[in-house]
Amino acid sequence: MKTIAEINEKIKTGKAVVVTAEELIELCREKGVKKTASQVDVVTTGTFGPMCSSGLFLNIGHSRPRIKLGGGRITLNGVPAYAGLAAVDLYIGATALPDDDPRNSLHPGNFTYGGGHVIEELVSGKDVKLEAIGYGTDCYPRKKLATWINLKDVNEAILFNPRNCYQNYNVAVNLSKKTIYTYMGILKPELGNANYCSAGQLSPLLKDPYLKTIGFGTRIFFGGGPGYVAWWGTQFNPSGKRKENGIPCGGAATLALIGDLKAMKPEFVRGASLVGYGVSLIVGIGIPIPILNEELCRQAAVPDGEIWAPVVDYSQDYPQSTGRVLGEVNYAQLKSGRIEILGKTVPTGSLSSYRKAREIASLLKSWILQKQFFLTQPIFFFPGPESGYTFKMLKEKPVKQDNKPN
Amino acid sequence: MGKKLVLNFPSSLVDKPIISSLVREFNLDFNILKAYVTPEEEGNLVLELTGDEGKIGSAIRHLKGLGVKVELLSKEVEMIRERCTDCTACIPQCPVGALWMDKDSFQVKFSSEKCIACGICLKACPTRAMVLRI
Repeated sequence: MKTIAEINEKIKTGKAVVVTAEELIELCREKGVKKTASQVDVVTTGTFGPMCSSGLFLNIGHSRPRIKLGGGRITLNGVPAYAGLAAVDLYIGATALPDDDPRNSLHPGNFTYGGGHVIEELVSGKDVKLEAIGYGTDCYPRKKLATWINLKDVNEAILFNPRNCYQNYNVAVNLSKKTIYTYMGILKPELGNANYCSAGQLSPLLKDPYLKTIGFGTRIFFGGGPGYVAWWGTQFNPSGKRKENGIPCGGAATLALIGDLKAMKPEFVRGASLVGYGVSLIVGIGIPIPILNEELCRQAAVPDGEIWAPVVDYSQDYPQSTGRVLGEVNYAQLKSGRIEILGKTVPTGSLSSYRKAREIASLLKSWILQKQFFLTQPIFFFPGPESGYTFKMLKEKPVKQDNKPN
Repeated sequence: MGKKLVLNFPSSLVDKPIISSLVREFNLDFNILKAYVTPEEEGNLVLELTGDEGKIGSAIRHLKGLGVKVELLSKEVEMIRERCTDCTACIPQCPVGALWMDKDSFQVKFSSEKCIACGICLKACPTRAMVLRI
């Protein structure tokens, strides 16, 4: 049994043993869980994939004369930003699209540029064009603003992502007779390919499946800089089905994350264009897991071959929410490049980069070893499976002619 | 002597036996590298024609006369390494195995020799790391 305070003391004195989740798997194979747990202090993880529920708060500073953007209209490089905040605060979401983007009117749309790309350009240090109109008040008389802005000049740039870091995810296939274009990529007809989106054995929440060490305030690697867990993520579902090893075999937990975009790096914050679907933001995340006891070590050492994901048809079952699962495959099978589904051999592709996940886990490890990054004791933990907290579908209440809620 | 061609058929010609005429009337061999009918029912065919050079020229004129758009396969797909994140979304899309993952480095590799410039990887890539050079 160790405490986070003791581990931080070891980091300070240069005595902490820090390994990546890949290295931990090897160590446990060689030495067994018990011995490894007594030797290792921290396990680092990583993931790098498109995460649509992401966005950026900006405070651009006041102009002379002043303008009130709140209640007005704002675009950044032509992409609309949310203008429902105070005078010069705004929020740009990853999936926002320029008004003149043709979207899917000629299906599949290309979605070349959107909110995710604006965020990528800002983090790359490029100037971004802000155009805004306000309605004018006595204290904020100006009605129009067009200016280039740069990350280094704005006051605050807070990346705040309400849902990142999915614990596990579907494997998407297409049973229909025509190609479909989804957030899981292009799916060829009749099981032409199977796409997945998780780093598997390196993915943060798969390594601490009950979130025993991750909670509100946990310090993390976020887009290449330090960030924090700000809440549990939207669509959080600790009550889903789990395997005997405790690992969920579907979506499950998510995290809301917050961090300073000015400290991030363009290699870990990238815009994404998903043909026929839209724009997203690819975010690099790494979470350190303190090995406080043997159980945490055992869970963090679960390899790809023992982490399972559901195979779901995205032509009918996913869009219609039927809940049907075609089968289960593990991440070792997925990473081999071929899986078997309904008796057919199907080539696999991933939306999440394992190479980048590895890079993140080893960067986080080096930060800790260089005493640049210390672990945090969460302020509180998130609802667990025993809480009854679950993920709800929308209960539609049709709007009737009298326009009154029923 | 062989030539790689990209043929685009309007929907009115998709159901006609055009390629077989290349064998019968021009004594050419063909090897289909890619065949595709779009949802709008236009046909797209990449093929390699082998045979007498003069006959290949006549065959191309014949195809153009029928309303087939004929282009030499001079397009080349290129991977912009800095834009690639090695996600692997492109790999199962490639019809000829020109994209694959290196099992040790988990890097996506691309062979321009194997590539037939069909362009599907351009669409599949979320960070637009694959580009077409003409």
